[in-house]
Amino acid sequence: MEKVKQKEYKVRKNYFAFFGRQLLLIILTIISLYPVFFMLITAIKSKEEYVFNKFGFPKALALNNFFEVFIGKNFGQWFVNSIVLSIGSVILSLVLAILASYALARYQFKIRDTILNFIISLMVIPPVIMVVPLFVFMSKIKLINSLPGVILIYAGLTLPFSIYLLTTFFRSIPQAIMDSSYIDGCSSLRTLTSIVMPLSKPPIITLIVVNSLWVWNELMIALIFLQKDELKTLMVGITVFKSRYNINIPLTMMGLVVITIPMVALYLFGQKYFVQGLVSGSLKE
Amino acid sequence: MKTKRRNIIEIILFLLPALIIIGFVFFFPIIRVIQYSFDRVNPRKLSFIGLTNYKILFTDDVFLSGIKNNFILLVAVPIIIFLSVFFAILLYEKMGGWKFYRFVLFLPYILAIPVVGVVFSYIFQLNGLLNFLLEKVGLKFLMADWLGSSNWALWTVMFVIIWKELGFGIVLVFARLMSVPKDLYEAAEIDGANWVQKHIHVTIPQTRNVVSFLTVITIITMLSWVFNYVYVMTLGGPGTSTMVAEYYIYQTAFRYQNMGLASAASVILFVITFIFVIIQTRVRGREEVE
Repeated sequence: MEKVKQKEYKVRKNYFAFFGRQLLLIILTIISLYPVFFMLITAIKSKEEYVFNKFGFPKALALNNFFEVFIGKNFGQWFVNSIVLSIGSVILSLVLAILASYALARYQFKIRDTILNFIISLMVIPPVIMVVPLFVFMSKIKLINSLPGVILIYAGLTLPFSIYLLTTFFRSIPQAIMDSSYIDGCSSLRTLTSIVMPLSKPPIITLIVVNSLWVWNELMIALIFLQKDELKTLMVGITVFKSRYNINIPLTMMGLVVITIPMVALYLFGQKYFVQGLVSGSLKE
Repeated sequence: MKTKRRNIIEIILFLLPALIIIGFVFFFPIIRVIQYSFDRVNPRKLSFIGLTNYKILFTDDVFLSGIKNNFILLVAVPIIIFLSVFFAILLYEKMGGWKFYRFVLFLPYILAIPVVGVVFSYIFQLNGLLNFLLEKVGLKFLMADWLGSSNWALWTVMFVIIWKELGFGIVLVFARLMSVPKDLYEAAEIDGANWVQKHIHVTIPQTRNVVSFLTVITIITMLSWVFNYVYVMTLGGPGTSTMVAEYYIYQTAFRYQNMGLASAASVILFVITFIFVIIQTRVRGREEVE
């Protein structure tokens, strides 16, 4: 009798713990998702409806907001600028990082680990510290208001993480595999492109996802170095948008939805690699 | 001998392009910013003015309240750490559906800060969603001008930062928990440890490295990666209630064109950040020795 009671108590306690945990997770989920949900449902309301219906689902869909966003001055141009910057700097950073990491992983030389540690330590330096001298220098060589100039900066800022991730991965490739192709008469560059790179798809995809996301979402550098309206990025544009359409909140929200879609798509495509990459930045123990 | 020389040439060729860009983006500006901090920077020439910029900074209430606010934002660090570990444990113990939760909880981390900032300004503004809701449910006395009053603005900004950064912490700690040997927990259970004891004796020691990493990353974020939130939501205001070091640097350099003063502020921010990084490497080094 006593035993049954105890068991019952234990089961009830487990139920309580189970529902308690479930409840906490559900609350956290709602808090995490609600702002996104609010953005989505507001984006398809008309501005008249938003005045009296802030909270509920839209009664009439105002899908024309989507097209109106692009009619609004320069939005299409900003979109193109963001894409050019993302693709340009991700590719530049990737190529430079692959070459450097190959040297740091393949060869034994005295200051190899000093160089690597130095590069890794740059990961924690906030860009705001470099902004003033970079601006002074870039205005001297007339690279303000120039997309290539900003591509150079973005590539540089994403290099330390990229080199760190790739070097760690390259070092895990057995030396024998690289040596065998070397003996077969392949040059180092050939070994890199035909042996090492095909084996390194996971970290390369990680870097494409992480770095694109970083560049796409970057605000401060874009704000300072691309001041002409036709050179602005989406992130800078949206702050302009917000003040310009302060009375038309649904339109601003649609703008936000449009600039978020590419990155959510990229994240969905590379979720596995993305999480892996971020975690591997910290889990080397 | 010949191959050795060939190797050296190859090493240099492979490394040089990356090192040049790193030098251009990191190394050269850091040296320059230190130099500028002792100068009056005019478009054409620099004139050495010693410590004047630093003296101005330490009597400038705007700068001082910026630094103060950065330190107040550090309140978010223990909150993020605690919530990350707590929810990572919940996810870990309730394995069903963790993929769904991981996706959902990580979503805020994917969103751009400007996007998050704009959405939250519409939620927190005086006639925004939150006050509208509070009024509807009869909690009118709780209504406040969340971003427009100097009592609340910094805490509202802090809430948004926590909202955005928490997902990263949870995913990080969760990933570490997944690799903790299961028998450690089983052994603790056999020894009769309850839930709290189990996590104090197994989870905390096992996740110590990740948590110390997360702590430093979060501290650095609060000190020197909050520009975007401030720029989009408050522009440092009302008054100087949400001024932070980064926004001060931006404003001084690009609104008031005082590059020397902005450089001195950058150097101070750099030193503060650097101190925390050194503490982290020290702590880590000590742990590795143990």
